[in-house]
Amino acid sequence: MSQPLLDIRGLAVTIPTRDGERAAVSNVDFTVDRGEVVGLVGESGSGKSLSMLAVMGLLPRQLHVSGSIRFDGVEICGAPERRMRSLRGRRIAMVFQDPMTALNPVKTIGAQITETIRLHNPTLSRAEVKARALALLEIVAIPAPERRFEQYPHEFSGGMRQRVVIAIAIANDPDLLIADEPTTALDVTIQAQIMEIFARLREERGMAVVLITHDLGLVAGLADRMSVLYAGRVAERGPVGPVFAAPRHPYTAGLLAAVPSIDDVAERLYAIPGTPPSLGDRPEACTFAPRCDFAVPLCRTSEPALTRVGSALVACHRAGELSLSDLPRKGT
Amino acid sequence: MLKVVVRRLLVMPFLLLGIVTATFLLAQFTKGNPLISIIGARNLDNAEIVAAAKARWGLDGSVPERYATYVWNLAHGDLGTSFRTKQPVLTDLAQRLPATLELVICAMIIGAVGGIVLAIVSAEFKNTFADHLARLVALLGSCLPVFWLGLIALFLFTVQTQMLPGPGRLDIRAVPPPAVTGFMLVDTLLAGNWGAFVDALRHLVLPALVLGWSVMGIITRMVRASMLDVLGQDYITMARAKGAGRLRVLIHHALANALIPALTILGFTFAYLITGSVLVETIFSWPGIGSYAVDAARSLDYPAITGVTIIGGLGFLIANLLTDIAYAVADPRMREAG
Repeated sequence: MSQPLLDIRGLAVTIPTRDGERAAVSNVDFTVDRGEVVGLVGESGSGKSLSMLAVMGLLPRQLHVSGSIRFDGVEICGAPERRMRSLRGRRIAMVFQDPMTALNPVKTIGAQITETIRLHNPTLSRAEVKARALALLEIVAIPAPERRFEQYPHEFSGGMRQRVVIAIAIANDPDLLIADEPTTALDVTIQAQIMEIFARLREERGMAVVLITHDLGLVAGLADRMSVLYAGRVAERGPVGPVFAAPRHPYTAGLLAAVPSIDDVAERLYAIPGTPPSLGDRPEACTFAPRCDFAVPLCRTSEPALTRVGSALVACHRAGELSLSDLPRKGT
Repeated sequence: MLKVVVRRLLVMPFLLLGIVTATFLLAQFTKGNPLISIIGARNLDNAEIVAAAKARWGLDGSVPERYATYVWNLAHGDLGTSFRTKQPVLTDLAQRLPATLELVICAMIIGAVGGIVLAIVSAEFKNTFADHLARLVALLGSCLPVFWLGLIALFLFTVQTQMLPGPGRLDIRAVPPPAVTGFMLVDTLLAGNWGAFVDALRHLVLPALVLGWSVMGIITRMVRASMLDVLGQDYITMARAKGAGRLRVLIHHALANALIPALTILGFTFAYLITGSVLVETIFSWPGIGSYAVDAARSLDYPAITGVTIIGGLGFLIANLLTDIAYAVADPRMREAG
């Protein structure tokens, strides 16, 4: 197999705090192949967004990034700003979580779309740029693009704004699209429309997508593979089908169990007990152990390495022995 | 938006009337006798002269009577005659206002550009040496008294190094250009007198710098705060994710938003400077409104005092109106709002 489009190895992000450097992301491995959709799943604060901002080189200066991030075979971790700038918006693009705040309120939609085209295609004429921007608005199914072009973000609904954000992201036909919770802030019906746009883009343009989300439904619907992050570390990663069918990590199993299902007659929804550890409180052991029903003494003293179990990689000391697919439905 | 402007314009006369009333009353209750400056202290014992002067200058009626007369005249565009210069106040003001405006506009440009640049540097390099230095520079201007700064500036640049000319608007020996606009920089150019233009510009440098530096602090502080707020917004990350360079993000994306809340302070500062330039005008012998106000106050020249106050009040009202209009221009969300 050829080299992956994005190949992250041993990524760590540390945040300076009053008590010294704290690792928000540690030892994360993550790959994305061309044209592939990978789900990056985890709770808030699990390091999903930080990892992907690290790929873009957009983390605040105070945060320290180490490890290796290879994009299309080239190391970009710590690459000079000039090089990152030519990648951003051209080969790697990003869709943000909240369309209400992702667009500049004082610039017209047209100006914001054409900006990204012009930044990376300085030789195009004004008319060419505008034609391309209007075509983009049509791709993301915004009606009356000519009129919308001159309008400001506040004249758009949330769903329409997210379409604009997507239009900006795909303006230069990027190889990799990082979508950070692209539908979290939207209504359910709008969510479906937005996901449809993603599916189509991938189909028609062969764009690889990293889908950052805590919504397992989205992952099931769109992704080929998934990585589950917990407290800044990879808990489990593998092809979506097998992981859904037979999760190997108790945390993954817990997440899956927490998804309510129509057939579920249980009176109470399942919730993983406890809360994720805070930044300063991440022991050199399994970080999930304090919340895990299956923890043994070993889990509290040593950190499990990612090991292959079936088609997945799992960071759990007991991955081989546990059968978790029927874990949660406690009520039934 | 137009509705707002019209409404503001309609309210303006009433606000001005309030300002006039307050100033008129305050002047009446001030201890002191304006007749001293009109006829001189020696003639105060001469009842005939006093009565004649009172009648001539409208000081013989009761306070309400005089107030009514004043407002009536004011409504007809007559601000009275100055006790001191014996000229219509309107003429005095018309002669002196351009000098102040010229100074204030230059000071404002220096203060605003300097303040905004310092704010951008200090927001971009928050909590670094550059940030501290930028804020110190801005703060010093606000802290050091203007009269002291003015004197030091004159000492350093005029007396010691002789790099710049001393007080006044033009060299004393120079023949001023015919007054067309009253703005020395414009009039010298209109007269085609390049040498005089340079001379006027050189005269402007020190007072404008001192006055501009004195307002730089508050502008820096406001713009820095709103820049920091804006720089944390998603659309800034988004702009960087598009591949925009740091400078483009700062100016094109961040400043365009950060200046909106700062418009208020810019408008306010401008209005404040119109009457707040007193000290600088005094030190640099600048023949503007400020020095006129000082002279008027010294001689209890009621019409002149009220006249200056009206100019100051009008300055604030106009600055407010312009700020509102600027808001609408800068922020598309404000345009439709009634």
